[in-house]
Amino acid sequence: MNFISAFEVIGPNMVGPSSSHTAGAVSIGKMARKLFKEKVTEVTFTLYGSFARTYKGHGTDRALLGGVLGFETDDLRIRDAFSWAEKMGVKYQYIADKEFVPDHPNTVDIRMTGENGTKMQVQGQSIGGGKIKITQINGINVEFTGEYSTLVVKQIDKPGVVTHITQCLSNQNVNIAFMRLFREGKGKTAYSVVESDERIPDEILEEIRQNPYVQEILLIQI
Amino acid sequence: MTDFKNGQELLEVCKKTQCSISEVMKQREIEGTSSTKKEVEDKMRKALAIMKEAVRKPLEDPKPSMSGLIGGEAKQITGYRENGKNVCGTFMNKLIAYSMAVLEVNASMGVIVAAPTAGSSGVVPGVLLALQEEKGFTDEQMVDALFHTAAIGYLMMRNASVAGAEAGCQAEVGAASAMAAAAVTELMGGTPQMCLQAAAMAISNLLGLVCDPVAGLVEVPCQSRNAVGAVNAVTCAEITLSGVVYPIPFDEMVDAMYKVGKSIPFELRETAIGGCAGTPTGCGMRCRI
Repeated sequence: MNFISAFEVIGPNMVGPSSSHTAGAVSIGKMARKLFKEKVTEVTFTLYGSFARTYKGHGTDRALLGGVLGFETDDLRIRDAFSWAEKMGVKYQYIADKEFVPDHPNTVDIRMTGENGTKMQVQGQSIGGGKIKITQINGINVEFTGEYSTLVVKQIDKPGVVTHITQCLSNQNVNIAFMRLFREGKGKTAYSVVESDERIPDEILEEIRQNPYVQEILLIQI
Repeated sequence: MTDFKNGQELLEVCKKTQCSISEVMKQREIEGTSSTKKEVEDKMRKALAIMKEAVRKPLEDPKPSMSGLIGGEAKQITGYRENGKNVCGTFMNKLIAYSMAVLEVNASMGVIVAAPTAGSSGVVPGVLLALQEEKGFTDEQMVDALFHTAAIGYLMMRNASVAGAEAGCQAEVGAASAMAAAAVTELMGGTPQMCLQAAAMAISNLLGLVCDPVAGLVEVPCQSRNAVGAVNAVTCAEITLSGVVYPIPFDEMVDAMYKVGKSIPFELRETAIGGCAGTPTGCGMRCRI
């Protein structure tokens, strides 16, 4: 069983009114921003399940946007996220999809466009008490929480890529807490997700990039 | 490492180390997160500062909630006391007003500390801050008291649930009330054993409480239930400190709460279908928002 900290009981410090519909939504937005390397200029949120039904009353819309703008869960600017988005030059819209039944009732799809025109989709679930899971990146199912330092490698599904990644981690003396591989199909795009208790050294990025099948690397530090 | 997985083990650690529950919990946090004493205390001081602000704000500058269902109640209740003819006396009136104030801040997208949840975030600060004013406790004692509440909440989180969607309001306001009851008992000189007795009694008093928010929002009846959780907490501390013993152990009450929670029907677990939410007035309020 994971260690439950005193600050998971007395905490999180958060803008109300709901840990799952507000604080969790901020965290999903924040993770999406961290996964997207460019400055976000446009963002569309598609809300499903309970999020689609009750998002206004819980400020889920402002919370998601606030997260994408880089605000923490206890940042009062979340309340005025719409005007902050305008000031920061970010266009936003919301789609409430009440038809689709997601795996988890609090699910959102975030589609971002960057200043250079790059697009990215990130799907997240708010699983209770402010905790979250990222469940999809660009249409490929993944699973990680962001509670650990997380390395996400976008690669072509070819032999030896995963060995290369674990070798690099071993060279940098990183202890792997969890590692999972997700793929679109045989020989197509795949994602390796590695979670570690410690900080993952930035130098590892250059080393991993040496493999010709590695397309993109994202590193989220705790 | 200092750790415990139920109330019985917590009492054994307290006995062995001759420490209070708050000291044991603080030590567990230091060791479990590889932090210094100062780091964990500073973090808890920040939580205390947010709680104080959340209690104070609505008394001076009340704001309506996002939906407009609540807002201004804490100030009104305080005003009633200041007229000098209130029913509950100063301390109880403050408990009620302070715990409800935090829910106003929460519902208007202000900053609060989930304790253990946002929906039950008024109980612990309401009780502790009213008691601090009444008895003159220092902020350091309040920080320790918050570690104490965290110990009780951790055990309920670990061995049952603190989610209304899973186990009803008894798991939210009920848990917060047990946390506060135990902390008050320690602050007022009770032994670790007495603290757990007060917590067990607090759980038993709110056993079976359903989660039925009108329009699915953390406003009605959540706000006044936080006041009830606060009053229940000091009631249980008062009974226990007088020497009256609640006979069922804390661990057994936590199990019972979880079992009762599992048998609460779906309509009464944060779905906004039954209970207060399902009344004609509750449904009408939903339509108007």
